[in-house]
Amino acid sequence: MMRYILTYLIGLIFGVGIILGGMANPAKVLNFFDIAGTWDPSLAFVMGGALGVTALGYRFVLKRPAPAMADVFHLPTLRSIDARLIGGSIAFGVGWGLAGFCPGGALPAVGTLHPAVLTFTVAMIAGIVVAKALQNRNGNTSAEANA
Amino acid sequence: MTEFTPIASLVGGILIGIASILLMGFMGRIMGATGILAGFVWPTSREDWAWRATLLAGMVTAPALYVLVSGTPVEVQVPVSTAAMIASGLIVGVGVTFGGGCTSGHGVCGMARVSPRSIVATLVFMAAAFVTVYVTRHVIGGAV
Repeated sequence: MMRYILTYLIGLIFGVGIILGGMANPAKVLNFFDIAGTWDPSLAFVMGGALGVTALGYRFVLKRPAPAMADVFHLPTLRSIDARLIGGSIAFGVGWGLAGFCPGGALPAVGTLHPAVLTFTVAMIAGIVVAKALQNRNGNTSAEANA
Repeated sequence: MTEFTPIASLVGGILIGIASILLMGFMGRIMGATGILAGFVWPTSREDWAWRATLLAGMVTAPALYVLVSGTPVEVQVPVSTAAMIASGLIVGVGVTFGGGCTSGHGVCGMARVSPRSIVATLVFMAAAFVTVYVTRHVIGGAV
């Protein structure tokens, strides 16, 4: 039970971070990418803050023999930089630039019940289902996703 | 126009970092929205589903906590059409699945581990997003 209270709180912290940072707001995200227009550099501070804190914290956490409430650290095992990684990331970037939502930005925003967020999230889950089905049909049992 | 909010954004980023450290420290998991959601949709076991479900519940209730504490609504301004939202959702869903992660998984957690895959993925999806916004706003012109 304790672990689920903890994972709930972690989700809450993440979600509040996304909202405070401005990533639940597509207009703000799109303006970050619009250097030639209405540029809003705020998102660089979100990314910088998150990356800096995580890099520092991981250095201590990953030195421990195991996580506090699980048997092992589940770290991605894939090493290949291939067409799938590049192509998938290009598609993700195009989609992100089209409407301003990434998965981590949209999921906390679902709680606002804004119709556009719900539309995006349903479409995104449909996209994940289709891609997984394609991967399975091609017989690719790809290792656990990175993220 | 949106207001430049360096302090709020930095604090938001630090909170995302803290969540990432806690999830790795306690559960040994990468704080990536894509992976957590995919494992929620395709559960491998009851226990595996439960931590993902509770974490997602935390994310979804964050707006309520934010409104309660700050007294201000969560800003969600959508400058694009419903058609663009649907197209974007589908493309993002397919892209993050093949790319193995998104901004949180590759851009924060993977970069923090100095994973070459994540560094390449992050550079590629950031570049693609910059180009897409440039094309839709300055080449085609007007909102999509």
